[in-house]
Amino acid sequence: MAAPLWANHVAGTGPNEEHTVDTVTVDGEEKDVVTPEGKPIGPQLFGAGGKFFLGADSRLGRDEMVRLMYGGRTSLQIGITAALIATILAVVLALLAGYFRGWVDGLIARTLDVIWSLPVFLIGLSLGIALAVGGLKLGPLEISSGSNWNPIFVISLFTVPYIARPIRGQVLALSEKEFVEAAVAQGAGPLRVMFGEILPNLASTIIVFFTLMIANSMLFEAGLSFLGAGVQPPNSSWGTMITVGVELLNIQPLLAILPGLMIMLTVLSLNIVGDALRDALDPRGKARMDAALEFEAHGGVAAGSQQQAATI
Amino acid sequence: MARFIVRRLAAMIGVLFAVSVIVFVVFMVLPKQNPAQTLAGKNATPVLVKSIEAEWGFDDSLVVQYGTMMKKIFTGELTSYKPRIPVDNQIKEGIPATFSLTIGAAIIWLFFGLLLGYLSAIRAGGWLDRILTGVSIAGISIPVFLLAPVLLYFLTYKLEIFPNAQYVDFSEDPYEWARHLILPWFTLALLSIGFYSRVLRSNMLDVMNEDYVRTARAKGLSEREVMTRHVLRNSLIPVITLFGLDFGATIAGTAIITEVLFSLDGIGLYAAEAVRKFELPPIMGVALYGAFFVVFVNALVDIAYAYLDPRVRLGESSSE
Repeated sequence: MAAPLWANHVAGTGPNEEHTVDTVTVDGEEKDVVTPEGKPIGPQLFGAGGKFFLGADSRLGRDEMVRLMYGGRTSLQIGITAALIATILAVVLALLAGYFRGWVDGLIARTLDVIWSLPVFLIGLSLGIALAVGGLKLGPLEISSGSNWNPIFVISLFTVPYIARPIRGQVLALSEKEFVEAAVAQGAGPLRVMFGEILPNLASTIIVFFTLMIANSMLFEAGLSFLGAGVQPPNSSWGTMITVGVELLNIQPLLAILPGLMIMLTVLSLNIVGDALRDALDPRGKARMDAALEFEAHGGVAAGSQQQAATI
Repeated sequence: MARFIVRRLAAMIGVLFAVSVIVFVVFMVLPKQNPAQTLAGKNATPVLVKSIEAEWGFDDSLVVQYGTMMKKIFTGELTSYKPRIPVDNQIKEGIPATFSLTIGAAIIWLFFGLLLGYLSAIRAGGWLDRILTGVSIAGISIPVFLLAPVLLYFLTYKLEIFPNAQYVDFSEDPYEWARHLILPWFTLALLSIGFYSRVLRSNMLDVMNEDYVRTARAKGLSEREVMTRHVLRNSLIPVITLFGLDFGATIAGTAIITEVLFSLDGIGLYAAEAVRKFELPPIMGVALYGAFFVVFVNALVDIAYAYLDPRVRLGESSSE
């Protein structure tokens, strides 16, 4: 959020001027540096400190601090958007499955089961790379190949079951309750019952899962981007920055360590908030807690064992 | 039991079929750009694109293309685009490194995870428990992206205690094999150590409230015997199931990233390089073979679990 301000401070420009050049003196030589997505010129790998605070990144000599801030923006945007899409999809599916039961439930629950039992990261990686090469065309939905919507699509698609399954269980239980019967007796249609009566009762679970899901999606994104199947250059995210940084680890360790540290701090904060929300909103719910702990721990990167966690 | 196995295997085949269809759809149907166009490059002439289409069969109907893909997968004829190297050979070459990494890491995480979990459960509420809880929560929170660079930088480049990973085959030199793998093992295991110790701790605390534990104490068994023979034993069952599933998931997930970070010459590194070069067939091969492996392991774990716990066998009909 503060990224444009910082870019302005160091280079005297706003966020949208990409080819911002500034000069800096390193070892008595005047050199050019560039902000977030600018042209590659300038001093390579000068260290942290001074006006540019964290120095410059790899061969391109871009300002590390500015990139870190813009990268964080991308990572957060992807994390939040993917979590939002996954949560909405999951809630709708869970409501349909839990309320109508019968073949609707059979179809939805089986599909979720299949996604659940897939090696999600591997398939997400495949989809990520296929989309990064060719873009997406799915009916009216069209995404160009370099877009950040590709990782968002991949992440939200594969994380739906983690939210949908526990919520479906709750919907099943809730739709047996008297207040649902009362609503039906008053002549409320299925839509009204689902969204007006059952949905409000799910609010606390949804909020908790949404928070944890942001952390999870960010880790997923970092994994995809790290392997080159997520955010595509010239956009940067913390994951892609680590890829670049690892190659230069013995010269400039901070280039790899800082984005990693940022990911950890963000994910940790989100998890702590999620935990606190869970304690505040939902003191019961032991089984759901285990399931949530499990997916937190595996960060979506190594998902697949959650069905057992729910039965512990 | 036999009925359960048959049902579980049938479900497995269903999932395998779904996996292959999903992978096919991912690579051949979803992308907006024609795969032949991708292969031919950005500035290819339409004639070249057509010829590539014909050569690789991209112009056949989708059903035929799916059939060809499955045939190639099972006969091992899947080759990368350029140069044309058979994918299954490359995968076979990667197996030793990948399995050394994951099996070693699994042993480490199981051992330390259970040890820490046990210690923290028998001292629940005490200072040792608090320290261990802190340690495992920290372990859960550190992503491999952070842990690997930090370890590599300090222990390999600065202090030069460990070599820069690379893979040395066990048959060549067992000592070097282990020395090269210690950092990757630890990196891969840390997250699970934290997680397993938490799971075991909470399981043990639950089991300690069971009636049979009180009975065992009342019988006059020593505290140690109660803990190991009654509490620990019964808390282990879910942990072991979890382990079987995590192992498959790790191979298809975090292990890929760990291999890349430590440049270990395994299947994950092969897949990652293919990703970098936008080579689709190797990724398709790794995804399919990897998925088959994971699904297979999951089925085995379920069967083993059903064998150990009759409740699972009998209660299978419910969907939860």
